[in-house]
Amino acid sequence: MKNLFQFLWRNNYTIFFVLLEVLSISLVIRNNNFQNTSAFNSSNYLTGSVMEAISNVNEYIGLKTTNRYLASENARLHTLLSGNRDRAATGTAGNFVYTPCKVINNSVYRQANYLTLDKGSLDGIRAEMGVISSQGVVGIVKNVSPHFSTVMSLLHKDASISARFRKNNYFGPLSWDGKDPSYATLRDIARHVKISAGDTIVTTSYSSIFPTDIPIGIVASYEAAPGENFYAVRVTLSTDFRNLDYVYVINNILQQEQQELEAQTEEDDS
Amino acid sequence: MIRELVPLVIRFAGLIAVQVVILNNVLVSGYINPFLYVLFILTLPVKFPRSAVLLLAFVSGLVIDMFTNTTGMHAAATVLMAYVRPAVLRFYAPRDGYDADAVPDISHFGFQWFLVYAATLVFVHHLALFFIEVFRFSGFISTLSRVLFSSVVTLALILITQFLFRKSTSVR
Repeated sequence: MKNLFQFLWRNNYTIFFVLLEVLSISLVIRNNNFQNTSAFNSSNYLTGSVMEAISNVNEYIGLKTTNRYLASENARLHTLLSGNRDRAATGTAGNFVYTPCKVINNSVYRQANYLTLDKGSLDGIRAEMGVISSQGVVGIVKNVSPHFSTVMSLLHKDASISARFRKNNYFGPLSWDGKDPSYATLRDIARHVKISAGDTIVTTSYSSIFPTDIPIGIVASYEAAPGENFYAVRVTLSTDFRNLDYVYVINNILQQEQQELEAQTEEDDS
Repeated sequence: MIRELVPLVIRFAGLIAVQVVILNNVLVSGYINPFLYVLFILTLPVKFPRSAVLLLAFVSGLVIDMFTNTTGMHAAATVLMAYVRPAVLRFYAPRDGYDADAVPDISHFGFQWFLVYAATLVFVHHLALFFIEVFRFSGFISTLSRVLFSSVVTLALILITQFLFRKSTSVR
């Protein structure tokens, strides 16, 4: 026993080091695995307020570009509105509610990128909601605190969303390779599908997170490794992640109903 | 004691603020992000208690983590860097050892000594950070190149900062 204490005392520096390392690494792993609002991320009130101040300055600098995006979005919405009056009778639209949010923290150069938004659970935002900008898909809400929320960006090595060709509905998972924030890769597209550069990639209607037909990007190039039956399509993302100011969080008010029905159907099956 | 602590706290707060407010929003050619805040650990006095260096490294890493949503990554990398610091200091020690009040910076030990010392520790920090970030060893070369490029940029910033604040330290 005495020897043990002597050993501990002599190596207290190394033991303290190992302790701190284990603590740090466990924080890393915990944060990767669980969707809980951790005290150490920027949903936190203190860091959130600092981020907000920084973002105010950045926002001012980027006013010109933002104005352009808003104007173009206004135009798009006006077009949609005029089209909608004719379609209103069919009653298909209306189950998605959009909440505009300001991006107060953003990153694109890491392997796991997150955004912080200035609205949280008090504004009706919950984890697993989709986030889009006027340009296209941005990511999925990960953590929520009363006033802030963090979003797992599409530029995250674990992010994967279901995407399809607008022209022919062939779909596959779209993910980011961790290198260039302008490109993502769409996989599992069968070799017989006719692809050409410039084809538009949009969201599918299969996930209950995003509405269908939200733009994701356009085809830059495609290739299939020899002996592979599937193309890997390189997609130029339509969202400029390096310049995001305002985004919309999408609440699918029928999501729960849809998921319950699907779960029940699967249960009946087995 | 208090008189020694005050500049330490100011430097800590200053470096963290510069890192969070400016550097975290700066992108050098795509995906290189410099981490100037490690300068705080680098320039702690040689005779500063080793365990206290570890603790400060942990705290500074955790504060950076809070602002970048990377819980634990910076803490782990900075603690590792602080852990190897005494060994690195011993390795580059001058022939007659360190003075009791020696501070490992440019004004005390000169440009060349500081460059080698800082480069070693910055490389250790960035190596740990980027590999914890990807959490795998596939794509080893691409990660290693990120480590090298980011280390060079961080090192350049550290040297610039040292030159900017050299006068105030040598007056002491």
